[in-house]
Amino acid sequence: MSMNEFKPKIVAFCCNWCSYAGADLAGTNRLNYPADVKIIRVPCSCRVNPLFILRAFQRGADGVILCGCHPGDCHYTTGNYYARRRMTLLFSMLDYLGIEKERTRVEWVSAAEGAKFATVMNDFVKTVTELGENKRLEDLRCKK
Amino acid sequence: MQEMMKKRAKELLASGEVTRVIGWKKNEFDYDITPAVFTSAEEIDRDFIYDDFCGVNLSKFTFQHQKNDTKTLVFLKPCDSYSMTQLITEHRVDRNALYIIGVPSYGKIDVEKIKADGVTGILSITSEGGDVHVHTLYGDKTYAKYEVTSERCLNCKSKMHPTYDELIGFEGEVMETERFDEVAKLEAMTPEERFEFWRGELSRCIRCNACRNACPACTCETCIFDNNDSGVAQKAAADSFEENMFHIIRAFHVAGRCTDCGECSRVCPQHIPLHLLNRKFISDINKFYGDYQAGAEIGQRAPLVNFTKEDVEPDIVAKGGKA
Amino acid sequence: MLKILRENLDQLFALIAEKETLYIPTDATSGIAQFKKWEAGMKMSEKLKTSRSAKDFFFPQTEDLVSFKTNGRKIDIIDPRTETEDFVIFGVRACDAKSFTILDRVFLVDPVDTYYKNRREHGTVVTLACSKPAETCFCTTFGIDPTEPAGDVSAWLTEDALYIKAVTEKGTAFVESVKAIAEESDETAVEAQKAATKQILDKLPIKNLKTEAFGGGKTETYFKSEEWAKLSEACLGCGTCTFVCPTCQCYDIRDFDTGHGIDRFRCWDSCMYSDFTKMAHGNPRLSQKERFRQRFMHKLVYFPENNEGIFGCVGCGRCVEKCPISMNIVKVMRTLAKEEEGK
Repeated sequence: MSMNEFKPKIVAFCCNWCSYAGADLAGTNRLNYPADVKIIRVPCSCRVNPLFILRAFQRGADGVILCGCHPGDCHYTTGNYYARRRMTLLFSMLDYLGIEKERTRVEWVSAAEGAKFATVMNDFVKTVTELGENKRLEDLRCKK
Repeated sequence: MQEMMKKRAKELLASGEVTRVIGWKKNEFDYDITPAVFTSAEEIDRDFIYDDFCGVNLSKFTFQHQKNDTKTLVFLKPCDSYSMTQLITEHRVDRNALYIIGVPSYGKIDVEKIKADGVTGILSITSEGGDVHVHTLYGDKTYAKYEVTSERCLNCKSKMHPTYDELIGFEGEVMETERFDEVAKLEAMTPEERFEFWRGELSRCIRCNACRNACPACTCETCIFDNNDSGVAQKAAADSFEENMFHIIRAFHVAGRCTDCGECSRVCPQHIPLHLLNRKFISDINKFYGDYQAGAEIGQRAPLVNFTKEDVEPDIVAKGGKA
Repeated sequence: MLKILRENLDQLFALIAEKETLYIPTDATSGIAQFKKWEAGMKMSEKLKTSRSAKDFFFPQTEDLVSFKTNGRKIDIIDPRTETEDFVIFGVRACDAKSFTILDRVFLVDPVDTYYKNRREHGTVVTLACSKPAETCFCTTFGIDPTEPAGDVSAWLTEDALYIKAVTEKGTAFVESVKAIAEESDETAVEAQKAATKQILDKLPIKNLKTEAFGGGKTETYFKSEEWAKLSEACLGCGTCTFVCPTCQCYDIRDFDTGHGIDRFRCWDSCMYSDFTKMAHGNPRLSQKERFRQRFMHKLVYFPENNEGIFGCVGCGRCVEKCPISMNIVKVMRTLAKEEEGK
């Protein structure tokens, strides 16, 4: 498969109160972002635990991005602060195990930032496309 | 030391202050030690031991054998005491049901180090001053103690007891250690090298769960990997992914609560350096959120259930750990 | 008996590997030995035994049994097995070699386990006599002679040479195939090594462990013993002993949802785990005491009861070495036998 043909599978966990609405806004504003991004709506970025991220990779994701409210704007006041610590440590651990750190990302996208959502996704898809297929954190059984 | 501990245990049993004693029991060989509950002076006289091989962390054993209607005496080395303090903080044990005696530890001998050196047929191991004499079927060998001391003791983080009712011996201090050197060495490698390193180590895993079951921070009633309803239950790593997943998630679940007692690496039958995963989290927490030692005092708020508004952003990892 | 000089060992391995996949025990970086596929330049471990047993070759930790794939309204059933190629395991110790015959009693009786049988037929076992038994060894308790290991081919490694002797038909073919680099030899050197090893065996600390008190028909004697509670007290409920054991043969069959089908696989299970024997109504073994008892009763009473008195232990000593809390079959046998004697 050449670089041009490779279409990465991206899983985006989006907070119901901001980023998910941001994605909606990107849609209503007809802003383009690749269809390879599969959005999973979560009640808060804090709902995402490390297992979610790993299971996304297991099931064939090439990149996983978590989008939540900007720090300070959490619908539940403090959820994203906890998510921030958790993801920082998890990403650092994945990097420690030699898994490409560019495959995981956290972005804060509010409900008003439809344009930012599209830009973030375009950029992330581009990064992951350049990295190629996820090989280091894959489950071969899900790929055959 | 051992005699003083025995004496004190018998006194406390006799006075009725405690009804049970948790300590170490000797076995077949000099180096194999089993944690045990003693209920009588005869048992203590016969089996109780405290020597250079008593590396087993008694806090997990105490957690498993706790009884709240009666008081239990437990002997804790400094690292055991950290684990126990963390268990008390998490309300996993009842402090009031425990009578804790802190005992010093001058570094435990790791028999695996001796065996890895090719020594076999070990009949006895005695330590004398700074020397360790190994008597085997195939001749004798003498090591300097530091050569056969376990890695975790060589990198001892503290000789202090955060929680105790009484101490036998002198109270030690928090130590300067080089325990993060190995982590730093790995961090300095390229991602490819790190990947190769961890694949080599983790692929040896046989999923016996010894690391989890020995870990004083692993106290879930049912582990997610044993829970068939969780969707991630696994009895054996059927794919290399599952080897990674188990160890990442286990290390993550104890992140911020792991006191770095080193039991996981001690019990691993496949000699996987599991402490290097935990130490990575500890080192990251220290770097990102300020120095934190789990189990240093009762009631501490663990870093992962805490935050500050100024916390670093997750992209710090992509930037190579520099803010 | 054939003799191959030590300096020609690499040549021997190369010769075997030309035709079949060869596995030899080799040292891992962390100080343990493990079986690895031989590649040029690989050195054989000097260690007495590998950290895991050799049962993996015939009874691997995980193994795909069947896959299901939905295809429209149809379900395709796929046999994931590919033709197993012939392979040679070199350097299996007498205890592990004996363990294969114990596993055979489980997997090769009716209904025959075809997955196991297939591997068994394709594998040639070259055993290696022990010359430096460890303090944890007690194979002689179970009637195993570590100086005369079974298998398809027996081998002895002395200071200067390797001596090999065919035991089975498969072994004869193997010996034939390596004749080119070997020379005929008498048994003087081997006999000398055997005699020396036997002297050491007499000095082993666990050599006096006896099996007389155990065997079929002893269920009543030991099942309700008071000792189990104390013996199992410190047990962590991990699977170390079962997974390093060459004779533990329990497994679980599980389904893995791949997202586009189901992989049905089997994997080792441990009677020490809390969900072992868990069924619809619950679990009959509620505490670690019952689980712990099961493991030893199986090896010492139930297995011999059903297998003409053959015990489900070969005395390799791995559980003695590896148990995180140092509880093992030696301790159990001594305690129970003593209790029985005292009655």
